[in-house]
Amino acid sequence: MALLTKKDAKLISDPLADNNPITIQVLGICSALAITAELKASIVMAIAVMFVLGVGNVVISLMRNIIPSKIRIIVQLIVVATLVIVVDQVLKAFAYELSKTLSVFVGLIITNCIIMGRFEAFALGNGPWRSFLDGIGNALGYGVILVIVGFFRELLGSGTLLGFKVLGDPIAKTGLYSIGYENNGFMIIPPAALIVVGVIIWVQRSRNKALIEDH
Amino acid sequence: MSDKRLTLKKRLHIIKHHFRGKKMAPAFNAFHTFLFTPDETTHNGSHIRAADDLKRTMNTVIMALVPVLLFSMFNAGYQHYSAINGFPENFSVMEHFLTWDNFWIGIIKVLPLVVVSYIVGLTVEFIFAVIKGHEVEEGYLVTGMLVPLIVPIDTPLWMLSVAVVFGVVIGKEVFGGTGMNILNPALTIRAFLFFAYPTWMSGDKVWVYEAVERAGGPDAISGETILGYLAQNKAAEMTYTTSDMFWGFIPGSVGETSTFLILLGGLFLIFSKIASWRIMLSAVIGSLVMGLIFNGVVDQGWIAETSKFYGLMSFDFWKHLIVGGLAFGIVYMATDPVTGAQTNRGKWFYGFFIGFISVLIRVFNPAYPEGVFLAILLMNVFAPTIDHYVVRGNVNRRMKRLKNATVLPEDSEGKEKELQVETA
Repeated sequence: MALLTKKDAKLISDPLADNNPITIQVLGICSALAITAELKASIVMAIAVMFVLGVGNVVISLMRNIIPSKIRIIVQLIVVATLVIVVDQVLKAFAYELSKTLSVFVGLIITNCIIMGRFEAFALGNGPWRSFLDGIGNALGYGVILVIVGFFRELLGSGTLLGFKVLGDPIAKTGLYSIGYENNGFMIIPPAALIVVGVIIWVQRSRNKALIEDH
Repeated sequence: MSDKRLTLKKRLHIIKHHFRGKKMAPAFNAFHTFLFTPDETTHNGSHIRAADDLKRTMNTVIMALVPVLLFSMFNAGYQHYSAINGFPENFSVMEHFLTWDNFWIGIIKVLPLVVVSYIVGLTVEFIFAVIKGHEVEEGYLVTGMLVPLIVPIDTPLWMLSVAVVFGVVIGKEVFGGTGMNILNPALTIRAFLFFAYPTWMSGDKVWVYEAVERAGGPDAISGETILGYLAQNKAAEMTYTTSDMFWGFIPGSVGETSTFLILLGGLFLIFSKIASWRIMLSAVIGSLVMGLIFNGVVDQGWIAETSKFYGLMSFDFWKHLIVGGLAFGIVYMATDPVTGAQTNRGKWFYGFFIGFISVLIRVFNPAYPEGVFLAILLMNVFAPTIDHYVVRGNVNRRMKRLKNATVLPEDSEGKEKELQVETA
């Protein structure tokens, strides 16, 4: 027996491409703009969201039949908040520098529209296993975009990848810098992320014409 | 008709038919229409015959830019040699300015900027035309000339290329190409350069040829712009006279220095009815008003001489127009018919705020003593909003007139709701 049925596999693969939370649903943009100046921060953010969304979806899914629908938003918020605090404390304990870089944006995972969106749209109506897959899938879709944006912004903006000086040393003038190359300061500032995300959306839509909506 | 008697024009028409329907057709047509008007005519409807197509409009602007370009080539050399040897004592234009030495510096420094700007920009346009399968648009003709004139002379050519690709693709092509862009492409390129490579776009080392290479050495030269001096409260060290500022014998971005030639170009554009005099005039008024406000604040003694804003705030209000890029921006950039306001009343607001905000940014942001490009880009974004309210205002006024009319026009009963829906 296959590990995942075809229907389950779609839960993971859909958000990666044609139903991507960032490029198609345009959710979770704030954090995509704010923390993608470095690849490392993007990856950690993606993992944090994956944890919160995966576990949160399972918890909500398990409780879906006992949550009174009138107060379901509050219940969802409590679940997210608990998980986010766990992530925040873990980061502070084991990766203090990174938690400094991510600063307030770890806390703001609570307000990430993707999470509440998946709770409402999926976990409240599906079993725990499918909810878990859906959470992981959406977090992956979010993470992929974050990593792509972080990759280009760090490479072009700082000339490094995960802190390694892949293009040479700008001060000692080695590598590319010896022939006059310079880092692109524009890539460091958040508006650049907006443009990179825009270009990704552009590429995605020109590859798949079905995504272009009618006017 | 024998083959020998075929003119170049006819030959091109024949080649054109070979290309028809093929992928490279747009690329060929672009060259073709650059030289001759196409042999195709429309087949239906009635049309006004007019000679001023888009290409003619663009060429007129380029004609207005040629004197500025020539002047900038001489000025490149003049600033370079003056920075090395000191400014000549009895300055005469023929002896010290219009010399072959000066022009040579212009040829080796300014001309490459122009060539690179055109080659890169047109390549991008051609690629997009072939992908989209439409005619190459002439939009880049003016942009390509503006770009080298609004960057510092020492801008590395690869930076210019990167910025041009960014500006043409993100600033124009993603919106649908020429005529569809929200932001002025030339200023998008300038803004990209500014934020991406700030060390090459500001400071006192980039405005004079070779200043960057010589920096830190025994024969270091520098050319601080007037706004740069003022932003550092060093007005006393400045040796430029007001007439220098007006004629343009000052350091600055390649083509922005000579207010006189820009003024001539502006008049030419106004009389050929290419550019809007409303925008130019209201932008001048806007900058004068802001300058007067700052002068007033200084006169009242509300600001200390040690304040970092004092230098620029005490600068005579009308001189803002003859230093930096304000004049160039007002004449050649603010008047861009695509990105500017379209309604006559809207143009007054649009222009006024460009002048007003330019001087405001100049004075209050010493980090970048030039705010013209930011002001124009900002107003580009607001231009459709301004137009919207002008049009709405007009509609509302007419509706009121209709309501107040003592004798209602026939059939107007019940039409009011319909009208409102139509015009909303």
